Amino acid sequence: MKSPLLRMVNVIKDYPLPKQKLFEKAPVFRALNGINLNISRGTSFGVVGESGCGKSTLARIAMALDRPTAGEVFFENKELFSLLPKELHGLRRNFQMVFQDPYGSLNPRKKVLSIVAEPLDTLSEKLTVKERQERVEKNLEEVGLNKGDIDKFPHEFSGGQRQRIAIARSLITRPSLIVADESVSALDVSVQAQVLNLMMDLQEKYNLAYMFISHDLSVVEYVTDEVAVIYLGKIMEQGKTGDIFQHPLHPYTKTLLAAVPSIDPTQQRQRSVRSDGVDAEAPSGGCPFQPRCPDATEICREKHPLLETKGNQLVACHHV
Amino acid sequence: MTLLKIENLTVSINTAQGPIDIIKQIDFQMETGEKLGIVGESGCGKSITALAIMSLLPERSVISGNITLNGENLLALSPAQMCKVRGNQIGMIFQEPMTALNPVKTIGNQIAESLHLHLGLRKKEVQDRVCQLMENVGLPRQRFPLGLYPHQLSGGQRQRVMIAMAIACEPDLLIADEPTTALDVTVQEQILDLILELADRSGMGLIIISHDLGVIAQTTEKILVMYTGNMFETGPTTEVFKHMAHPYTQGLFSAIPKTGISTRSDRTRLYTIPGQVPEIHIKFKGCSFADRCSRVLAECRSQVPPTVDLGNHHQAWCFNPLERT
Amino acid sequence: MAKRFSEIFRHGLKNRSFVIGGLITLLFFLIALLSYIWTPHAVEDLSIVNKLRLPDSTYWLGTDHFGRDIFSMLIVGARNSVIVAFVAIGIGAGIGVPLGLTAAARKGWVDEVIMRFNDFTFAFPAIISAIMITAILGPGAINSIIAIGIFNIPVFARVSRGAALSIWKRDFILAARSAGKGSFKISLEHVLPNIFSMLIVQTTIQFALGILAEAGLSYLGLGTQPPAPSWGKMLNEAQTMLYLAPQLAIYPGVAIALTVLGLNLFGDGLRDVLDPKLRRNR
Repeated sequence: MKSPLLRMVNVIKDYPLPKQKLFEKAPVFRALNGINLNISRGTSFGVVGESGCGKSTLARIAMALDRPTAGEVFFENKELFSLLPKELHGLRRNFQMVFQDPYGSLNPRKKVLSIVAEPLDTLSEKLTVKERQERVEKNLEEVGLNKGDIDKFPHEFSGGQRQRIAIARSLITRPSLIVADESVSALDVSVQAQVLNLMMDLQEKYNLAYMFISHDLSVVEYVTDEVAVIYLGKIMEQGKTGDIFQHPLHPYTKTLLAAVPSIDPTQQRQRSVRSDGVDAEAPSGGCPFQPRCPDATEICREKHPLLETKGNQLVACHHV
Repeated sequence: MTLLKIENLTVSINTAQGPIDIIKQIDFQMETGEKLGIVGESGCGKSITALAIMSLLPERSVISGNITLNGENLLALSPAQMCKVRGNQIGMIFQEPMTALNPVKTIGNQIAESLHLHLGLRKKEVQDRVCQLMENVGLPRQRFPLGLYPHQLSGGQRQRVMIAMAIACEPDLLIADEPTTALDVTVQEQILDLILELADRSGMGLIIISHDLGVIAQTTEKILVMYTGNMFETGPTTEVFKHMAHPYTQGLFSAIPKTGISTRSDRTRLYTIPGQVPEIHIKFKGCSFADRCSRVLAECRSQVPPTVDLGNHHQAWCFNPLERT
Repeated sequence: MAKRFSEIFRHGLKNRSFVIGGLITLLFFLIALLSYIWTPHAVEDLSIVNKLRLPDSTYWLGTDHFGRDIFSMLIVGARNSVIVAFVAIGIGAGIGVPLGLTAAARKGWVDEVIMRFNDFTFAFPAIISAIMITAILGPGAINSIIAIGIFNIPVFARVSRGAALSIWKRDFILAARSAGKGSFKISLEHVLPNIFSMLIVQTTIQFALGILAEAGLSYLGLGTQPPAPSWGKMLNEAQTMLYLAPQLAIYPGVAIALTVLGLNLFGDGLRDVLDPKLRRNR
């Protein structure tokens, strides 16, 4: 079996917090707490979680834009953070990223030609002016825009179109992996559908692998082959998309899925008005989800559940 | 009793290129205690409708038509009189709780603001009311002292504070403009439940503006679908969802990825409405959706679509609405 | 590029501060330029017999106590002010902006060092620093340029650092980094163009301050040296004649005040025009 395109092994990322006292060691915030995942060529891997779970940090580490505190990231079997800067630079053309905010991810002062060609300029062989322009035009047409758009500025386009420009930019060096960090979250429903279809078409055409990060469960279910559910920096459940969505095992996954408002008005959920109680930090050593978990017991407070195979998927829970 | 009545409302903005109509002659009404949803994508005019009701439109806008609240014509009020209505009879919640709250004032202070302004209560009374409101929105006093600042709270908590501010004076109408779009799905669930509970308990009318059909389906009794400032469809929520008449509503619904579908192995594509929302300054002789519509007819481009009454208070504005199945 | 200029201009014409400030500033520059080709009288011409004359057809604003034509002195003084302010701002921005950009790009200890240097320079009040420097280097136009320029460096450094830091947080910077671009190129190609408008506005403000600083130094005898006229020197000389001929102080005083006012108004108007436009373009 071919080895996976991207392999993250026990990735941990800490961020320092402001010191409370002058001479003590600065406390840390652990954004990622031992993440393991594999993405194979041509497949889509979904990363689902709510704000603060660490998914954006995960995206940046996968793109080698941030160093993990511990752990390794292998791309095509090369460990990204052990490479020399020059070697890493040479690999970058193979993985690119599409961001969430179509308004912030394009430099408002640059023309589309310059924006889309940027990865080409730094990561690729030198092209002539004509070749460069042709590459950009071709990519723009592939994402459903026009050749003539190369001379325009980002503000002349709608949100969906800007996201297409961002996708065109991410494809220009023919990468094998694209990290899509909430790439459709800021778009209208009909535009979102267009962009998702585009991404799926491109995936087929170029055998692209996606790391698809989103908080929108219906989108993730639609687009991905495999999914990992993250909570406070740890994977709670992981497996094939169909399995996870049809029979979720972890209480957090179940909570997430139940919270999605159904578009069938006749299916009304039981209302429960509770006080806000999300803040409680889990005692370290226990399960991070324990404060919110309806099924939590003593062992959940004390021992951290390992990610183990239960049925078709990996689950980190004492009670499954 | 009719709580809110909007008649022939048109809002246009004066720009360098001339006046542009953002909302074109919309009519709708709400009964006391009713929950109305306004659905549409960017540029459809849903937020502007809310701002028009609150009389908070940007400068250089021209508004015409009638907005009547409890029988009183809001457009005829002076700015000073309108100030008495805002916060008092109508409350509003916004999308981004971080920017909608003042970062340098405590939450207690901000909730008390409208109480001071409109009800002229004594200091002790205000204090009690604020505590009560915090309890009502799920922020118990022990964990959330009134001296906290917005940045010390999470997104969901800030939204609760905003809700407390909006309902402080027990308004007759609460307008929520994309109240949960910036929140996580589990927090969204809590906030929506809270808003519905408060509305039921106090009998206030509720307008929920959202682009999320799921949110609308779960929280409203009546909906209004808007597109480029026009009304396309309106009716009881269950009715409209079950028997969508306007091609645009149908298109929106079909473009949402549905949960529970089997795996991607067959790699089906989502249904999409071709093209994109036209730019705001383009004027249409006929229906603004004609260029993108799968059911377009010749008359759609040249004449304004008629009102089609589908029974049961369900209406659509279309020459070729879908057949009732 | 040209399209953007004409757009800014069109919007500017609707803004009162922009128009009034712009006209005054334009007038000031034109007069300064004019002085190179023509002055009603040569400023070195002393004509004691004509001293302290009131304005008439030969001497448009009258003469001073040495019989020099006041109007000619004012317009040549304008020229001096412009040159000094221009070059000093050039030094300040030319060194300050790269420092600020580097501090924002590098963060860490580089940022600390640059900012401490800034604080150090700021600690000395502007005029005192200028006096110190000209006292060390000796009086004269060139040295006053250096002094004012040195004082401008930390201003531009701090302002550009602040603006650059907020640009660094944007997604398109992250996109540039994923494309493999280094911080130097990013600062140049992505950050600088996005803080440019803000820098332009800051420049107009610093220009006004530069003119004031030059006048101050000349007043103290540390700036432009006689026989070259300067507004500050004129003020100084007018002091002794204050009861006899107050107009000798009023003319240069008004000139300074008007120019500074014009520049500030123009800067305000420019800021109004540039900022909301940027936001609307989003």
